[in-house]
Amino acid sequence: MEIIKTTHLTKVYSNNGLEVKAVNHIDLSIEEGEFTAIVGPSGSGKTTLLNMIGGLDDSTEGTVKIAGTNINSLSENELIDFRLKNIGFVFQAYNLIPVLTAKENVEFIMLLQGLSEKERKQRSEELLNHVGLTDKLDSRPNQLSGGEQQRVAVARALASKPSFILADEPTANLDSHSTSTLLDMMAEMNEKEKVTFLFSTHDQRVIDKARRVITIEDGKIIKDERR
Amino acid sequence: MKMIFKMAWRNIWRNKRRSIITISSIFFAVFFAVFARSFQIGVYNKMIANMVGMYTGYLQIHQNGFWEEQSIDNSFIPDQSVLDLLHDNKDITDFNERLESFALTASDNLTKGAIIMGVNLEKEDGLMDLSPKLISGEFPAHTSSSLLISEGLASYYNMSVGDSLILLGQGYHGASANGIFPVSGILKFPMPNLNDRLVLMPILAAQELYAAPERLTSLVLQIDKPEKLNKLKKYISKKLDLEKYELLDWKGLLPELVQTIQADNAGGVIIIGVLYMIISFGILGTLLMMTAERMREFGILISIGMRKSKLILTLIMESLFMGILASIIGISVVSPVRYYFNRNPIRLEDQAAESIEAFGFEPVIPASLDMDIAMNHAGIVLLIVLICTIYPIVTILRLKPVKAMRT
Repeated sequence: MEIIKTTHLTKVYSNNGLEVKAVNHIDLSIEEGEFTAIVGPSGSGKTTLLNMIGGLDDSTEGTVKIAGTNINSLSENELIDFRLKNIGFVFQAYNLIPVLTAKENVEFIMLLQGLSEKERKQRSEELLNHVGLTDKLDSRPNQLSGGEQQRVAVARALASKPSFILADEPTANLDSHSTSTLLDMMAEMNEKEKVTFLFSTHDQRVIDKARRVITIEDGKIIKDERR
Repeated sequence: MKMIFKMAWRNIWRNKRRSIITISSIFFAVFFAVFARSFQIGVYNKMIANMVGMYTGYLQIHQNGFWEEQSIDNSFIPDQSVLDLLHDNKDITDFNERLESFALTASDNLTKGAIIMGVNLEKEDGLMDLSPKLISGEFPAHTSSSLLISEGLASYYNMSVGDSLILLGQGYHGASANGIFPVSGILKFPMPNLNDRLVLMPILAAQELYAAPERLTSLVLQIDKPEKLNKLKKYISKKLDLEKYELLDWKGLLPELVQTIQADNAGGVIIIGVLYMIISFGILGTLLMMTAERMREFGILISIGMRKSKLILTLIMESLFMGILASIIGISVVSPVRYYFNRNPIRLEDQAAESIEAFGFEPVIPASLDMDIAMNHAGIVLLIVLICTIYPIVTILRLKPVKAMRT
C-alpha cells in the first residue's frame, strides 16, 4: 500500500531576488513497511523534501499525498491534527520537551490525541521499555545522553501509532555505539512491526541498513536504488 | 489539562533567576500599590467619617427642594409612613430630627450671623460626638431653652456659661423669630466654619423660636455599615415619595469633599499608574526573552501535533502563574502591615497636625483594611500580565514550524 506519494513536488526559495529550487519536481512513492534513506550532499534538498512530506513546509508547486490525503489542501489546524495522527518525527537535535521527563515526553503525544491516562501510562512504558530505557522513565532530557534522548524521540514518534516515521539526520549527533543501537532498534521495528521509516542522512551506517536508497542532488532524484 | 499545567509550571522554573526577578518585581508593585492605596483610601474614609460624623450623616431626608433653597419655609412635618420606614429598617441605627436656620446673634453692641441648629442633643451627641467637644458648661435638657454655642462665637462676644445671647431671625412663613437665650455650654469644633458660627439648641426651643412647631428641615440617618449605603439609599428611594421628599447621601451633601477626594485620588492613581507601567515593561521584557529563547521549542511542539491554541494556553498559564504567585505573596506580606497601621495609625504632630485639624479632620493617617484594594490590584497585575502575553501569542500565531526550528 502506498503511504507517501509526491507529484511534481517543488520548493523554490527566493534569496535577494535570486530563485533557488531546493526541490525540483520530485515524484516519489513510498510503500508501507519501507526502510528508505534519502541521501545526498548538503544543500541537495533532503531536509526540504522531508519537511514538505511532513507538512512542516509549504510546497511551491506539486502535491503530497499521505495515505491518500492531499495534505496541501488541509487548513493549518487540520494539518497539525493530521501530523499528530499520521506522522512520527525524529529530529537531528532530538527536540524533546526539556521540562518533561522521558515518560512524559512520550505521553505528551498521546495526551494531544486524547488517550486516557491509563492508556498513556501503559503505552509510554511499553515504548520506552522497547527502546531500552526502562530505568530512565523519570529522567529529564538533560539527564540523558544523546543516544538515550534520540531513543526517547523514537519512542515519542511511535507513540501516536503513525503511518510512518520521518527521521531527519537522526544519527548526526550520535557516537557510533549509540548510532548502532538506534539503527538496530529501528530496523527491528521495521522488520517485526512493519513500521515505515523515511530517513534523510549522510551517515553511511544508516545507508547500509536502508533497503531503499534515494539519492538527490540539486533538488532532483538522480538515483533510486532498492536492495 | 494536568500536563499543560505541569508544563507551564515547570517552564517558569527553567530560568529560575529570571522568573524570581519577574515575580519579585510584580510582588513589589502589588505591595507598594496596595500599601499606598490603603493609606490613601484610609485617609479618605477618615475624612468622610469626620465630615459625615461631624455634621451631615450619611443620608438625609428633606422636603423636596430644601437643599437647593435652604429656607425654613422649606421645612416639613414628616409623615408617619416615613418615620415607620426609618424605624423598621435594620440598617438604620437611628435618625436625628433637625431644624436648621440662620439668625443674627447679638450681645452688647456686637452682632454676628450664625447657624442655628435645633436638635435632639442626646441623639446628636451620638452622631456629632459632642461630649468631647464641650469645653465648658453642660448640655441643656430636652425641654430647656438654653443654648450651646461654639467656642469662636463665645470668644467673639467674650461670653461664658450663664451669659445670654440674643437671636434675631425670620421664622416660618415670615413670622418673627426673636429671643434671648442663656448659654449653658461652649463647644469647640475643629472645623473653623462651624467653630465660628454654630449655635445648638434643643429642637423644641428652636421650633418655638421659628414658629414652626413639629417642623423639621432634615432627618439625618445614622448607619453603622457605610458599605451598605448605596443599597440602603436605593431601598429608601423606592419607598419614599420623591415628589414630596428628597434623599441625599453624603456625596450630595458634601460635594466639595467629593471633589477634594477626586483630585487627590487622581494624583495617587497617576503615581500607581507609573509604577505599573515600569512593571509592565519588566514583564514584557521577560516574555520577549522567553519567547525568543523558546522559538525552536514552539516549532517542535507544533510539528509534533500541538495546536497553536493549546500552546498559547500554556503560555498564558505560565504568565498567569507568575502574576498570581506574585500577587498572593504581595497581598500576604502587605496584609499584616496594613492591619498594623489600621490599628496604629500614623499620628501627625505639631504644624502638620494643626493644618489638618484646621480643616476639621483628625490628624491621623490610618490604613484601610478594605479587601477590594488588594483584589483590585491583583486584578490589575493579572490584566497587565495578560496584555503583555499578547506579544508571544501573536508570535505563535505567525510561527512557521520549519523557520522556528532553525532558530
